[in-house]
Amino acid sequence: VIGIVTQWLTELGWNPYDHGFSLFTKTGIEIVYLYFQIPLMILVIAPAIDGLRREWREAASNLGASTLQFWRYVGLPILTPSLLSAVVLLFGNSFAAYATAYGLTGGSVPLVPITIGFYYSGDVLSNPHLAEALALGMFVVLAAMMAIYIPLSRISSRWVR
Amino acid sequence: MRTRIRPAAVLWLLVGAVYFFLPLVATALFSLKDELTGKCCSLGSYQTILEDPQFAKALRQSFILSLETIAISLILLVPTVYWVHLKLPRLRPVISFLALIPFVVPPIILVVGLLDVFRGSPDWFYAEPYGFLVGAYVILAFPYMYFSLDSGFRAIDVHTLTEAAQSLGATWPTTLFRVILPNIRAAALAGAFLTLAIVMGEFTIAVLAAFDTFPVYIQYINETKAYPAAAVSLMSFGITWAAMLALLLVARGRATAPAVGH
Repeated sequence: VIGIVTQWLTELGWNPYDHGFSLFTKTGIEIVYLYFQIPLMILVIAPAIDGLRREWREAASNLGASTLQFWRYVGLPILTPSLLSAVVLLFGNSFAAYATAYGLTGGSVPLVPITIGFYYSGDVLSNPHLAEALALGMFVVLAAMMAIYIPLSRISSRWVR
Repeated sequence: MRTRIRPAAVLWLLVGAVYFFLPLVATALFSLKDELTGKCCSLGSYQTILEDPQFAKALRQSFILSLETIAISLILLVPTVYWVHLKLPRLRPVISFLALIPFVVPPIILVVGLLDVFRGSPDWFYAEPYGFLVGAYVILAFPYMYFSLDSGFRAIDVHTLTEAAQSLGATWPTTLFRVILPNIRAAALAGAFLTLAIVMGEFTIAVLAAFDTFPVYIQYINETKAYPAAAVSLMSFGITWAAMLALLLVARGRATAPAVGH
């Protein structure tokens, strides 16, 4: 059984699986994660980009700034807190995702959540205490992420009115 | 003044459309392949799924779980949010912060913790999806339910409505059910549809707690039957999509409905 896109590409003469690609690896998981990360990024960053006012662009070009200079000295500095908080949020989201990776690979790529699942409910490798330790470690990382995210989102919300 | 749509924008829009619709189209084509020959087109995969007694069982179980989660969330949160808006506005940031916790503690951590904490509790709770799983889902649904109810309560004048009801002799239950509830109906429905979508799609907690809900059934099919897996995935997508569509319709109804109480 082969997938539709693989079939199309094979008919075009380029089977990705002959060139070292497999969907059931880290690369495959990265591609699939993009399907929930891109919409989240758009939801998080769109209000910030909406908050860039037309007047700032006009003021910059009145003072002789090129498009590149506008983004370098005005646009990006204003967006930096929003971008950073979005990065933190997306990191946490990927870091904690279990269902997608499990559904895709059946657990053959050892991510932290997958490992927790294996140790907690696995028939062969049952070691619930190790799973609990891993879960606590994950929580510490995610709590640190939140500790960064909350002040950052407060700064970035200053510009979004 | 309308700005001209630039060719670059059209190109990016097309790239985005292909990126997001390609998997859907591919899944649809895949689900139409014949199970034995792998040739297009046959509805056999859909028939396999619909005739599987496990399908109806898992779907019904997930649906009942959603209804139970929605009911418990509403019973817990409507009076709470009402009271916080009416008497304790200082607590609003506290509850908003609490509502962030399900994001910091993802399902994989939550389920490990909950299974440990409730191990040894009576079987009618621990071994039943309608007990343990609903408890976990109420936690998962909390932020979504809370933020929709909060925005609903912010849009109405809680104080005036309450005082008007009380000065006409209404008791607290009458005020809540006949005055407040009709005014936040749209917000409560929005929260309910979000909760429905979450519970119908939740996999991590159900699989680790070993309950056979609809997503767990999808994963089981995914591991055993290639073409019917595409069919059942599309059906699941349809359910989520219908819930989101209902959400949009409710939101539109809220925007155009005459503002009662103003």
